[in-house]
Parts: sequence; C-alpha cells; structure tokens
Amino acid sequence: MRVTTRHTAAFLAALLLVIAAILGTQERPRAQEHPARIISVVPALTEALFAIGAGDEVVGVGTFDKHPPEVATRPRVGGLLDPDMERIFALRPDLVVFYGSQQDQIAQVTRAGIETFTYAHGGIDDTLSVMRRLGTRVGRASEATRLANAIDTQIATVRARLAGRDRPRVLMVFGRQPGALANVYASGGTGFLHDMLEAAGGRNVFEHVSRESIQLSSEAILTAAPDVIVELTYDDRMTEDTQEAEIAVWNRLSSVPAVRNNRVHLLLGNHFLQPGPRMADATEAIARALHPDAF
Amino acid sequence: MGEATATLPALRPVSAGDLRRRIWLVQVGFGALAVAACIGAPLVGPTTISLRQVFDTTIPFSQNVDAQIFFIARLPRAFAGALVGGSLAAAGVVLQALLRNPLATPFTLGVSAGASLGAMLVITLGVPITLLGSAAVPVASFAGALGALAIVYFLATMRRQGLSTLVLLLAGVTLNSLFSAVILFVQYLADPAQTLQSVRWVMGNLDVGSYRPILWALGPMGLAFAAFARLPRALNLLTLGPDSAAVRGIDVLRTQRVAFVSASLATGAAVAVGGPIGFIGIIVPHLVRLLVGADHRLVLPASIGLGAAFLVVCDVAARTVLSPMELPVGVITAMLGGPFFLWLLVRNR
Repeated sequence: MRVTTRHTAAFLAALLLVIAAILGTQERPRAQEHPARIISVVPALTEALFAIGAGDEVVGVGTFDKHPPEVATRPRVGGLLDPDMERIFALRPDLVVFYGSQQDQIAQVTRAGIETFTYAHGGIDDTLSVMRRLGTRVGRASEATRLANAIDTQIATVRARLAGRDRPRVLMVFGRQPGALANVYASGGTGFLHDMLEAAGGRNVFEHVSRESIQLSSEAILTAAPDVIVELTYDDRMTEDTQEAEIAVWNRLSSVPAVRNNRVHLLLGNHFLQPGPRMADATEAIARALHPDAF
Repeated sequence: MGEATATLPALRPVSAGDLRRRIWLVQVGFGALAVAACIGAPLVGPTTISLRQVFDTTIPFSQNVDAQIFFIARLPRAFAGALVGGSLAAAGVVLQALLRNPLATPFTLGVSAGASLGAMLVITLGVPITLLGSAAVPVASFAGALGALAIVYFLATMRRQGLSTLVLLLAGVTLNSLFSAVILFVQYLADPAQTLQSVRWVMGNLDVGSYRPILWALGPMGLAFAAFARLPRALNLLTLGPDSAAVRGIDVLRTQRVAFVSASLATGAAVAVGGPIGFIGIIVPHLVRLLVGADHRLVLPASIGLGAAFLVVCDVAARTVLSPMELPVGVITAMLGGPFFLWLLVRNR
C-alpha cells in the first residue's frame, strides 16, 4: 500500500509538472512579450507608434501614411478599403492595427493567430484614450501617456488663451469638388473635427446636427451664414495660385459674412484630417486662423 | 391617351389630322409640365424666403440672402435638372429605338463611363481647377464622353460599310467595364478625401452653384436636340428593322449615325453637368410609352418634358428632405421612379 501511495504521488507530481510546462510554453510568448513586428493601416496610429518610440517595430504601413517621413521606407499594405492580406501575412506581424470596420480582415488575421488592435473614429478624448491603449498594448504605456498628456495640455493652453473671446460661427469644410461649390462636406456636431474647432475658439454652425460629416447644399451654407469658413485639405503641395483660386470659388456666396469679410481660410495638411500626434498643432493652426490677434 | 401595353407597343394607324392634334397636345402638355416644375421648384426649399425681398433691387445682391438662395442655390439647380432630365430621357428614347432594345439606357454605350473617367482624373489628379473658363470637372467629363463616343463610333464603323448596332452595343458595354476598371484604379491611387469626392460624384448632384456649366452644356445639348427634332419618323421605321426602314426610303446609315452621335452628345453634356444620374433614361421613356403609345413623334417630346419635370422634382426632394444635408439625387430618381414604374406596369397588364 505504501508503495502504491508513493507511486500515485509521484505520478500526480509528474502530471502537474507536465501541465505546468505545457501551460508555460503556451503562455510565455504572448502574455509577457510585446509585439516586435507591428503593421498599421491607420495613418493616425502609425504616426502615434512612431511618436511613442515604437517606430522600429513597425514593419508595414497603410497606403495613406505620410507622416513621419520614415514611413516611406516601410512596405505598404493597402488601406481602409483595400488591405493586401497576402502582404500582411508575408510580413509576419505579431500585431496588426486595423480600422474597426475591417471585420473580415480582423477575422482572417485572428484565425492566423495574429493579434489585432482596432481603431474607431471619435472625438479628441476618444483619440487620446486610443493612443494610451495602443501604448499599453505595445509596451510603451508611459511614453503614450506622456504623448497624450502633452497633446491634452497643448490643447488646454489654446483654450485658455482664447477664454473670454467672442466665438465666431464657423463652417468647417473638409471636402469639396475642386474648382466648384459642389459636393461640399462639412463637420457636424460630433467627432474630432468638431472638437478641434470648439477648442480653437469657434462655434460650429452645424453643431446641432449630431453626425461627424454632413454634405451641404449651397442653400444650407447661405442660410447658416457662417462668420468664418475653414476649409481643410489633405493636399499639402497645393500651389499658391491654386489655393487662391480655390478660396475664390467661395466668392459666389457673397452674402455669407465669411465671404464678405474675407474670412475664408484654406488649411493644408493631413494632420487636420487624421487625428494623430499632431492634433494639437492642427487645433492651434485653426485657432490662429479664427483669432489671429490672440497669437 | 391611347391604349398602352407593357412591352414595346406597336404603332397604330391614325389619321394625319388626329396625329397632328395629338402631337400638339403632347408638346404643349408635357412642355407645360416641365415649365411648371422649373417655376415651382425655386419656390420650395428648406429655408423660407420672401419673394418680395428676392426681387427687391434696393438691396445690393451681395447682401441679399433671399435673392442668393433663389438665384444661386435654387434656380440654377432647376435649370440644370430640366436640361439633364430632358437630355437623358431623350437619349434613352433614341438609343432604345436605335438598338431596338427596350433595356438600352443613355449609359449603355460607354459614354457616361468615359465622362466619369474624365471627372475622376480631374478630381484625383487635381491639376487645373478651371478649364476653358468653367470648373474643370464638367469640362473634363465632357471631354471623356467625347473620347468614348469616338472610340465606340470608330469600332462600330470600321469593319464594314455601315454601322453595326451589335458591335455598337458590345463595344459600348465593354468600354463601360474597361473604363470602370480604370476609374477604380484611379480611385485606388487617390487620397481619402478625393475618393470620397469621386464616389459622391457618381451619385449625381445638380448643385451646380453657377449658370456657367449650364450655359456650357447648352451648346452640345442644342446640337443634339436639333438632331432629335428630325429623328422621330425615321426612328419609327427603324424600330421595324433596318431592312424594312430602307425599303420605306429611310437612309438607315445616316439615321443611325445621327441618332448615335446626338444621343451621345446629349448624354455627355448631361453627365458633365449632373453626374451619371441613373434611371431617368430608362424609366421615363417607358413611362411615356405607357401613356402616349409608341409613336416617336409623341414619345420623344413627351419624354423630354417628363424627364425634365421628373428630375427637377427629384432634386427638390434631394435638397429638402434631410436638410441641411443633401441627398444624392440619383438615389431619389431610383427610389421614386422604380416603385411608381412597377405600379404602372402591373396596373396596365
């Protein structure tokens, strides 16, 4: 009997060891190590990864990524609508940053045992919390917190500087058919564009429309009668002549105070439209356009 | 007026006097419909405006909001809608007769795909913002339409004497797919804002914001309508088949050429102004055939009037229903026109 008990105990101990060993080998690579090969198809988060010092781990970027300049040296893997899955797998990532709407791709990558991080549009606060979450996920929590806090502080400084000033009624346009007042897209009352405009000391003329983007007719613009029109464009290489011509397109709506008082501003650069680390710079640039005498 | 059947109706013999009276009635009736739509449309909108202030000359135009809403935001849209709607409906009638196919639309023969490609190139490459004194997008889109017209015409006439409607159809459909692929490729290279613009352009929009594109389109549309005016009798005979038409003294080749080129010009100009607004070119001609019969002397003028009125009304809905948001007018033409047409089709069975 004694022998039997000893045998049983030894067997159980061995079994426990084996189980522990299996669990150990399974858990070790994922739970404790941070991703070493990251792909991001979301420009704002690619930029954030570089800003928090994870740039060396980024092995693939999206089609629309332009900032920081280092992204030019990374392979492109498509974008929101056309991610190239073969390319993504070939780059052997251990973390892929996707848009929340890319459900099919997320499922494919997950099936292959690769982790994902998803991104959804939101306001300034949402964007900052996404940055912090991403930092934690890639093992750079403190750097991400520092970045998010710096953006927060810079925006708060802009707000403080403009406190007590009159807030002009602003139309914030982010898309329009070139050379014509057709298919005008503007910011509604939610989302980071609206938040940036509010922080920059403006009042969104369409704040009552609870959507991120609205397509406007000329009549809606004439009726809204904004004091200032801020038009944002990705194209940062637009020539001066083209810029002047695009601003002059608004002259048709001469009863709009912004047009009558020459307060139509064209701001160039992808940082206005991709809520990333330069979000505070974008906010400050909008504030300078709205309140030139405050800076 | 007249008995209507669901499929391509046959011609019924009528006396010359009776026919003249009916043509006159149709022209006046449907013309009045179009004019009424153009007059009524600018009076309707999400903003209440005072007509007294609109026409008050003591207020400078640059400060008269009501006048600007009326003359910039509403009136050009009504004109654009009438021209585009009339052109697309007429082009639909002519192409259905030319190809002897009730499913033919103004967009069947590749012209609108060519126009779309022209527009996409300007939207995404964004080189010049004005061309020939007008916004670049409509001009480039009209140039694209002309390019497609030339290619299809060349292909349909190169193989033998005459114009093969079969080659015309196949070449047009193939060109449509080819251009669509190039459009997707161009969109693929664009940045997100440009992609949004180009996708939106395809849904159609009559918010031209100025009279210039309309004046610009009047040239090719005028040419096309002058040709349409001479076509109806020949189209009647052409629907019986080219051989029967030739026996009855029609210069078939010339008629086919004029029909194809004029319908394509009208389509190209319409798409340049409003984008490829679907459904009008197929639904209005069939609707009209249900109402007035198959004689092109009645169908063509009635389609122009009804197409114009229908698009103007749809555009009022586009700018009013979700105000301050704008709805794509192409969505409305399909959503209003489709069920109504189906109802009419079933009712007339």
